[in-house]
This record gives sequence, C-alpha cells and structure tokens, in this order.
Amino acid sequence: MAALIEIEGLTKRFGAFTAVEGVGFSVARGEVVGFLGPNGAGKSTTMRMLAGFMLPSAGTARICGEDVVERPVAAKRHLGFLPEGAPSYPEMEVEDFLAFCARVRGCGREAVARAMALTQLEAVRRQPIETLSKGYKRRVGLAQALLHDPPVLVLDEPTDGLDPNQKHEVRGLIRAMAPEKAIVISTHILEEVAAVCTRAIVIARGRILADDTPAGLVRDGRSLEEVFRALTLPAEAA
Amino acid sequence: MRGLLAVARREFAAYFATPVAAVFLVIFLVLAGALTFTVGGFFARGQADLIPFFNLVPWLFLFLVPALTMRLWAEERRLGTIELLLTLPLSPWQAVLGKFLAAWAFCAVALLLTFPLVLTVNFLGSPDNGAILAGYVGCLLVAGAYLALGAALSASTRNQVIAFVLAVAACFLFAAAGSPVVSEFLSARLPALAETARALSVAERFAGFARGVIAAKDVVFFASFIGFWLFVNAAVLDHRKAD
Repeated sequence: MAALIEIEGLTKRFGAFTAVEGVGFSVARGEVVGFLGPNGAGKSTTMRMLAGFMLPSAGTARICGEDVVERPVAAKRHLGFLPEGAPSYPEMEVEDFLAFCARVRGCGREAVARAMALTQLEAVRRQPIETLSKGYKRRVGLAQALLHDPPVLVLDEPTDGLDPNQKHEVRGLIRAMAPEKAIVISTHILEEVAAVCTRAIVIARGRILADDTPAGLVRDGRSLEEVFRALTLPAEAA
Repeated sequence: MRGLLAVARREFAAYFATPVAAVFLVIFLVLAGALTFTVGGFFARGQADLIPFFNLVPWLFLFLVPALTMRLWAEERRLGTIELLLTLPLSPWQAVLGKFLAAWAFCAVALLLTFPLVLTVNFLGSPDNGAILAGYVGCLLVAGAYLALGAALSASTRNQVIAFVLAVAACFLFAAAGSPVVSEFLSARLPALAETARALSVAERFAGFARGVIAAKDVVFFASFIGFWLFVNAAVLDHRKAD
C-alpha cells in the first residue's frame, strides 16, 4: 500500500541559511513517527512545509497522494495539523473555536462534540480560550487537528507544557488512533519516542541523521539519550 | 465559498467579542454627529441634505478604518494563528476575502447606525432621499477602498502599530491626492502627474456620490481599487506566510 505521507528532498533556505536540507521519508498507515532533534534542528520547518504553511525551496511532499505545493487545499483536507505552541484565537470560546474550524472543513456539530470528547474538553467548552491553562490550550489545538478524523496527523510538540497525567492521556490517545492513521509527532522528549513511536527519525542541522525503530536505535546497548547526544552533538561542538 | 463564509463569520464575531466594536462605533457616531452639526454647519446652510455629513466621512474613515484593519493580519502573525488559518483547507483568496467582507460588513453597521441623521433631515425638510442613498453607497465604497488598502499593509507586518500608521499614511495619500493643495502644487511643477493624482483620489471620486450622482466610472474605480489591493493582500500572504 502506498504511504500516506511521502516527502522527497525537502529543502528550505532562508537567505544564506539552510534550515532543512534534502529531507526525505515516507510514513505508512499504522506508523507513528517520532521526529527528534535538538531545538533549531529544522523539525518545525519540515512540519510547516509538510502542512503547506511554508513553501519548500526545493523538493516536495505529498499527503495521501496530493502534492502540498501543487494542490495545497486538497492536501490540507487529508491533514490534521497541530502547529508549534498550539495557537488559537484567545477571545473565542472553546466550542466556538472548534465550530469555526469545523465549518471551514465542512464537518458538522457532531464532529465538534466527538473531538471534545476525545480530548476531554467538555468541561471547558464555554470558556474563552485565553482563560485556560496551558494543558487545556494544547488540547484545544489537538481537538482542532482531530475534528475531521484525518488519515494523516502532524503534531508539533503535542505534549509540550502538559503535566505527567496529561502527557499520559495524550500518548494514550495517539496510540489508540495509530492503527488507522499515519502520524508524525515532533518532540525533544526522548521518553516519548519509546512510549508511543513505532519509528524514530533524528534530525539535526536540517539533515536526517538516523531513521530506525526506537529499539533499533538502542540495539548496541546504549540508552536513547546517549544515541541522541552522539548523533546530534559532534558538529555542534565543531 | 463555505470556507470564505466561515472566516467572515468568525472575523465579524471577533469585533464584538472584544471592545473593538463598541469603541469604534461610539467614537465614529459621536464624531460624525458632533462634527456634522459644528464643523459641517448643518443648520447654518439651511438646506435639507446630508452633504455636511458625507464630506466628513472620508476623513473620519481615514483614522478609524486603519484601526479596524491593523489587526486583521498583524495579530494573526503575532499570535501564530496565521499558521492555523493557512493550514486549514482554504485558498489564500478565501481567507483574504473573508476577512475583508467581515470588516466591510462592520463598516456597513457603523454607517447604518447614523440613521438618526437621515430621520432628522427628513423631519426638518424634504431632502432628496435618492441622493442620500447615493451618498451612503459612496461612504461604503470609501470604507471598502481604505479597508482593502489597510488589510494589504497589515499582511506585511506582525506589528499592529506599524500596520496602523502605514495604513493611515497610505489612506491619506489617496484621500489627499485630489485636494486643491496637491493639485495646484502638481499642476505648477508636474502637470503630467496632476491628472493622474486626481484620478486616483478617493476623496475626489467620492465627491460625486456625496452630491447624489452614482457615475459608472467612479464605481469601476472603487471596484478596481478594492480588487487591486485584495490581490496585493493575497500575494503578500502567499509570499511571506511564515515570517
């Protein structure tokens, strides 16, 4: 079966600075890919290009076969995207905000109710988003990405700012959805990779350094943290 | 179409979810009312028409419309919600047009709330209500022109103050281009430019509407002015979504 996410030679340059260089991988249904790297490695830039927010300088990506550069609207229909920091309109109430996203996507009220149930937002549905805690705000962003039950999920740091219980819930949710979807999550929390991912891609300075299962990365007996440091540190010292 | 309406609806509701709507409407109505009767000399003219009011509107909108447009895109950039908005299945023109229509509808509400002036003038005399309607159409077109211009400038920055100041300056340029001061200066030194400046002047184009004349060429001017700046807005957005 064809992969739901296909990325080929994705490159992004900002002036003379190359943020992402020749990144390529594909993700099939049922896979949860952990996109790992230090801050500034190019994780968010790659995800933004995949989500159609940034135009690649070179290369391309396809979501469910739709090219994100040539057919952006079609590609975005198949995608649920949680941007970094889970931005949302602060003055809007949770339910109104989700209803707005649902209207744009053409799904009904029941989709809003389902997404709120999945992310346990019912208790705060009539609260303005600006009054919510960081954990709730993150869940509002997650609910927005799940509204239309998309086959492809791209989540930029979905558990950042959550307490341990909330992290546990979100990871449970991701694991539960995994068999039906292709999921990419970016993180710099290594335990998360072992907890939810079927595959880990390590990126630093805009290039992919490793692409393996979490078990494969620690095959030689080192801890994930040691592997991560060994992969991403050398050139930073140079 | 669905996406466009969803964006317009959210944006329109956002004015009323914050104090923006209340502040804008109150200031606009107080200034429009007070200045019509004082500076405009509504009573002193002894004529039953709304020309004193219509003459004020382009100058009031000059400051108030940029206050509406400054947040349109600059705030989305600052909050990061632009990343959310532009990764929803929307084409840039749907987002641009949706926001523009919401702001335009809001200006229409502000203009509708000046109805006591129409009642007053009808109570005091027998004005040409067709001419008054033409004046209101003109006001709406001026608002649309300033909105399109301001929105395009807002798309180019993440700073609302910069968006506001740039929009006031740009609107002033297009409002004053046909004024006697500019015309005389240009005719004396650059006669070739004088005609162009007058032709591009929003205030000059509006003068006909204020007198009750809806000329096709003026409607075409406003339509192309709005269309051009909405196009610039979409292009700016597409070009520099992220930074």
